[in-house]
Amino acid sequence: MSKQNPSDLSLIEPTLDTYADVPGSLIAILQETQEAYGYLPMDAMEYIAQRTGTPIATIVGVATFYAQFRLEPVGKHLIMLCQGTACHVNGSELISAAISDELGIHDGETTPDGLFSLEHVACLGCCSLSPVMMINGTTYSSLTPDKAKKVLRSLAAESAEGGASA
Amino acid sequence: MRLIVGEGSCGLAAGAGAVHTRLQELLAEANPTGVELGITGCNGMCFLEPIVDLYDDEGALHRLVKVQAKDADKIYQAATTGDLSLVDGLRISAEDAEFLDKQTRIALRDCGIIDPESIEDYLAHGGYQAITKILTTGMSQEDVIHEIDVAGLRGRGGAGFPTAFKWRAARDAKPDETGQKYLICNADEGDPGAFMDRAVIEGDPHSLIEGMLIGAYSIGASEGIVYVRAEYPLAIIRLRKAIEDATARGYLGDNILGSDFSCTLRIKAGAGAFVCGEETALIESLEGKRGMPRLKPPFPAQAGYWLKPSNINNVETYANVAWIIVNGGAAYAAMGTENSKGTKVFALSGKIRRGGLVEVPMGTTLREVIFDIGGGIRDNKEFKAVQLGGPSGGCVPASKLDTIIDYAELSATGAIMGSGGMVVMDESTCMVGMARFFLDFTAKESCGKCVHCRLGTKRMLEILSRVVDGKGEEGDIEKLEELCYAIKDGALCGLGQTAPNPVLTTIRYFRDEFEAHIAEHRCPAGECRELITYYIDQDKCVGCTACARQCPVQAISGERKSPHKIDPTLCIKCGNCKTACRFGAVQVR
Repeated sequence: MSKQNPSDLSLIEPTLDTYADVPGSLIAILQETQEAYGYLPMDAMEYIAQRTGTPIATIVGVATFYAQFRLEPVGKHLIMLCQGTACHVNGSELISAAISDELGIHDGETTPDGLFSLEHVACLGCCSLSPVMMINGTTYSSLTPDKAKKVLRSLAAESAEGGASA
Repeated sequence: MRLIVGEGSCGLAAGAGAVHTRLQELLAEANPTGVELGITGCNGMCFLEPIVDLYDDEGALHRLVKVQAKDADKIYQAATTGDLSLVDGLRISAEDAEFLDKQTRIALRDCGIIDPESIEDYLAHGGYQAITKILTTGMSQEDVIHEIDVAGLRGRGGAGFPTAFKWRAARDAKPDETGQKYLICNADEGDPGAFMDRAVIEGDPHSLIEGMLIGAYSIGASEGIVYVRAEYPLAIIRLRKAIEDATARGYLGDNILGSDFSCTLRIKAGAGAFVCGEETALIESLEGKRGMPRLKPPFPAQAGYWLKPSNINNVETYANVAWIIVNGGAAYAAMGTENSKGTKVFALSGKIRRGGLVEVPMGTTLREVIFDIGGGIRDNKEFKAVQLGGPSGGCVPASKLDTIIDYAELSATGAIMGSGGMVVMDESTCMVGMARFFLDFTAKESCGKCVHCRLGTKRMLEILSRVVDGKGEEGDIEKLEELCYAIKDGALCGLGQTAPNPVLTTIRYFRDEFEAHIAEHRCPAGECRELITYYIDQDKCVGCTACARQCPVQAISGERKSPHKIDPTLCIKCGNCKTACRFGAVQVR
C-alpha cells in the first residue's frame, strides 16, 4: 500500500463537533467521514479516536465490520455490481466476468488510472430488472455482458472528454 | 388530465426519470391548462417499468407501460388534445393487468397510487385516520393491542412472531427512572431478492410512520427509530421528508392531536451488514457498535436499545397496523388461514415472466402466485424451484407448488415464509450452484461471534465450491448434512441457525443434482462452468459471425454463411457467444 498524504482533518471537524459527545454515534461519524474523503483514511480514524475518547481498535473494528466502509480510496466511477439472488439467477457472474475482462480489475480493486472501482454489493433491490449495477447513483438494468461493457466504455469516453476540455 | 410517473427505485432504474424530465420540459414550454404532472411510488409491476398513469378528466385510469423518453411527446399530445388514441400502443395489455387484479392489497394499499412526497395525498386517502381514532376516541393501550391480537398479525420480517405478544411485553416492561422506552423499525431489508420494504417506504412512507406511532402509543414509547439500509438512498430521502411533514402537521412531536401522547421519529442509516436484520444485532448497530447479536434473554422488550425496553418490528408489519385499526382486527383476520391471518407481500423475481411485488391473502398457493399472477416461466422454459426466505429459507420444488402460503405449511417444506423474497428458477438454474451462492453469502455475512457459524459456513462453502467445480468427493453430501445440523445447534442467532436451510432443502429435493456433480462430474442444468462445454449446433448455425465477433479469445472459427465451430481448448466459457446468437445455435453440454 502506498503511503497516503496526511488528510485534511478540518473536513471532519463539524461532524466531530456535532457527534463527539453523543453516545452511539460512531457509525454516523464514520459515514460522514467517508462522505468527506471518499474512504476512511487511517489518520482520520486516529483523530476520531482522540476526539471521541474511543479506542482506535474499536473504531477500526466497526470500520471493517460493515460493508459500506472502505479503507482505500476508490476510483472516479464506483461500479456496484449487485449480487442478489435474482441477479445471480439471471447471470450476474457473466457481468462480473465482462467487467473484469474490460477493465482488468476484480471485486474490491481499482484501475491504475483511478477511473473505475469494482465492488460486489448485496442486493440493490431492483430484482425485477436483474442483473443490475449501480454506478455513482445511476442504475443500469437488464444487463448483458455486452451492454455492461458499452456502459463502461461510454463512461470512460465521457471522462476523457471532460479531462480534455478541463 | 393528470400524468403520474411511477418513480420507485425500479422505475427510475428503468428510465422513469428521463420520461419525467421530458414531460416537464414539454409542459413548461407550452404551459397548457388542465394538465398536471405528478409522481407516485412503485405499484409493483416492475416488469412493465417505466409506467405512466394517465387519468382523464372523468378520473378514469389509462395505464401506459414501458414508456421511454421518446414516448413523452406522444403522451403529452394525448394529454393536451384529449385524443387518447395517440397512446394506444403504450397501453397495458389485458393479460398484464391481471397481475394487479388478482391481488389483495393492504400493506401496499396506497403504493403506486399516492404521491409519496405529499402528506396531503396521504391524508386524502384516509391517512392518519387510525391514530386520530385512537387519540380522539380514548382507545387505551390495551384496546389497540387487543385489536392487533384479534387481527392475528404476525411479524412479517421472517420469524412470524405474534405482534400483539411483543407489544404487550414491551408495554408491561418496567422502565428505569428515565421512563424511556423505544420503538424501532427494522428496515434493514438484507435478504438478497427481497424489496417489499423498500417499496413501502418509497411508495407510502406515511403508512409506516402511522403504524409506528400506533405501536409507540401502545407500548408507551416516546421515541421511534427507523433503521434503514444504506443501499436504499431514495427510501431515506422520502422517509425524511415524510417525517418533516408529519412533524409540521402535528402528527409527530409533543402532544399529538392535542392528546398527552408525544412521540418523535428519527432515521438511522445502516452501514451494510446482513446480520443487522437480527434484532439484537440491529440494536448493537444502533448503538454505534459492530452488529453482533446479544444473548437472549433478556429480550429487547425488557432490555433493548441502551438496555431500555424496546420493541422491534419490520416495515411491512407496521404498514398493516393503521388498516387494522381503521377496519378492525376481525376484518383482517377474515383473510388467511387458521394460523396465518391477513395478507403477505412477496417480491417475485428470477426467471419469471411478470416480476414485481405481489400481495396476496395467506392461504393462496405458491402456484397461484407464480403462474396466475407471475405468468409462469419466461422463454417457455420449465419451472424448477422457487426460493423463499433468502439465505434463511429454502428451495421448494415443482411437486410442492400447491403448498399454501402459511407459516406452518411453508416451514414443513423446509423453506420458511421469510420476509417475502420469492426467486423463481427454471431448468437452466443449477441447484448446487444455488446452494453455493447462499453459503457464499452467509459465510461472508457471518459476524464471527459463534464458532459453528463462522467456521461451519466456511467449511460448507469449501465443500460446495469443490462440488460445483467437479472436484466433489464421495461422502461430501453427508459431510454437508452433518455440518448443517451442527451449525443449527451451535449458532446463537437466526443467521446461523437458518444458514443451512438452502443447503438442506436442495439436498432434500435435488439430491440427484448433487450426485451428478460428484459422481459423474456433470452439471444437469448446464450452468457450472467447470463442467460444461459450449458447442455450436451445425444445423442451426447460419454463419452470421455474430458469435465469433463477440468471442474475447478468438475461439470461434468458420467461414461467413457456413456453420461455425468453437475450439474447446481456447474457450473460456464466458457465454458471450450464447448471448450473441439469435438462432439458438450456441449450446451447452
